Amino acid sequence: MVKKTIHEINAKIRDGSVNVVTAEEMVNIVGELGPEGASREVDVVTTGTFGAMCSSGVWFNFGHSEPPIKMQKVWMNDVEAYTGVAAVDAYMGATQLSESLGMDYGGAHVIEDLLRGKSVDVHAVSHGTDCYPRKVLDTSLSLEDMNQAIMINPRNAYQKYNAATNSSKQTIHTYMGSLLPRLGNVTYSGAGVLSPLSNDPEYLTIGTGTRIFLGGAQGYIVGQGTQHASAGMFGTLMLQGDLKKMSPDYIRAANFTGYGTSLYVGMGIPIPVLDERIAQATAVSDADITTSILDYSVPSRDRPVLRKVTYEELRSGHVELEGREVATSSLSSFKRARAIASELKDWISGGDFLVSMPVERLPGNTSSHAMKETEGVSFVSDIMSVSVVTIEEDASVYKAAKIIMETAFNHLPVVSKDNVLVGIVTAWDISKAVSQNKFDLVEDIMTRKVITARVDEQVAVVARRLDQHGVSALPVVNGGNHVVGIITSDDISKLFARRH
Amino acid sequence: MKIKITISGETVVKPIIAESILETGVLLNVSQAHFDRSQGEIVADVMEEHYEKVYKALSSRGARVTRLDSPIEWNEDECVECSACISVCPTKVFSLEEDYSLRVDKAKCIQCGTCVEMCPQRALTLINSK
Repeated sequence: MVKKTIHEINAKIRDGSVNVVTAEEMVNIVGELGPEGASREVDVVTTGTFGAMCSSGVWFNFGHSEPPIKMQKVWMNDVEAYTGVAAVDAYMGATQLSESLGMDYGGAHVIEDLLRGKSVDVHAVSHGTDCYPRKVLDTSLSLEDMNQAIMINPRNAYQKYNAATNSSKQTIHTYMGSLLPRLGNVTYSGAGVLSPLSNDPEYLTIGTGTRIFLGGAQGYIVGQGTQHASAGMFGTLMLQGDLKKMSPDYIRAANFTGYGTSLYVGMGIPIPVLDERIAQATAVSDADITTSILDYSVPSRDRPVLRKVTYEELRSGHVELEGREVATSSLSSFKRARAIASELKDWISGGDFLVSMPVERLPGNTSSHAMKETEGVSFVSDIMSVSVVTIEEDASVYKAAKIIMETAFNHLPVVSKDNVLVGIVTAWDISKAVSQNKFDLVEDIMTRKVITARVDEQVAVVARRLDQHGVSALPVVNGGNHVVGIITSDDISKLFARRH
Repeated sequence: MKIKITISGETVVKPIIAESILETGVLLNVSQAHFDRSQGEIVADVMEEHYEKVYKALSSRGARVTRLDSPIEWNEDECVECSACISVCPTKVFSLEEDYSLRVDKAKCIQCGTCVEMCPQRALTLINSK
């Protein structure tokens, strides 16, 4: 039985005799020597990960102006930071978007710009008080000008993460990147074999107070991250570090089309090999870590699982899905994760970084539950109009015009002989046909690609669909594509008018 | 070489591509086509020596023809080598080397722009993009 203490390992780090390997190298070492031999041989295993971590941000202290201001709202390069605390403290979150540039620039970019030595425009407003009389402030500050710039990331270093695909007929843009239609690709995130928490899944050495690599500098684990769900192997960490000491090699702003901004965070955790159990845990490989491929085209919290998959399969470049080979892409950089594990290894071998034991263990066996919603949820069936009037595809444009005038419906779903939805015709389509002097059949002027809704969908989902496609009504169809109703933007407006 | 053929909404219904192929006898290898209410856009391969003929035939029928001679631009300083681009590229321009460095084979690029939207670092750009 091997038993080492943290003090013995730190003594070896100080005298330069420590043996440090990366978690990737450890797989073979345990394979050859077994856990006992490996724990005798190896003192520290380093891990690393470099991925988009939305739940990241920085606390700034700007220093006091003359006369002083108690900031009530503050913007940095037009991105709002949270300042509902003391006078000149504010938290810039990675995903907050610029008020003028929208999704092209966000909190993550402010953080990267500062890190690259650029100055940012700071604008703040306040009520003005007896002790803080100033009401408006405008200045330009660089990272040097801040008293503190402390990165505090509420949720980083996911033990592992779901992989994503899309079974719908349209490309969707998500925080997992562009997902091509008809299971066109699979994206995933996480460092697998190098993932910090996957190398210590029982949290024997990782916990509150553990000294880590964060953004190219030394940082610390604050404790469990938000949404820490250790029971399902979805543990997370809350981290802190000094932005002033970090490097843009490991902290980078990201843009996900259609989603917004995020921050690539590079972090790594050293795992002191105190005994065989820890050595065994650090031998975890890509083949041992499984995750689920979820269908992100389902706009729900509970996305269907298409299959289980290992990181080894994901990293091979393609996975089999419904009998087809589908290309995979990582959204996190394995090359940078390796660079982090190796840099941390050098720090420790060089005596610059001491390992630590947690002052408090992370909670095991926790799960995170869904939101409790106290306001009723509305479904399409609750507010759709069932007295929908349809028209046959071979009817005349004249007949369509007549129906619209008589019924005051602006949208007529067009159906085939067997009552299946084949198109939609609106008052606008008819006006256009008339202006071009075309008075033929409905099927010649109708829109064939109809956007529809189902009775069991939530109104919130359908409202976004209307908005996305720039239309004002959707025929509601059942499984056989028969029209059972119609839902309009008016119906939705009324619903909200009733509520408020 | 690659060309982009832009067809306005009014011309979309006319078989101008077929007519041009018949008239010139030059084959067009269509690699991408996209149509909506306002216009149609086709990316096709054509041999350099036939470009002038095809250009005349299509232009005389109301299409706009532009040369696509600048493939994807890769900004290596911005790139973090995450590899997000790999799974969306229809022609396998991107791949990972043994050491997980990104390899970009520009010769295969058909300038569809899918990777431009995908790249979280905005490290990929197309000069001729929409």
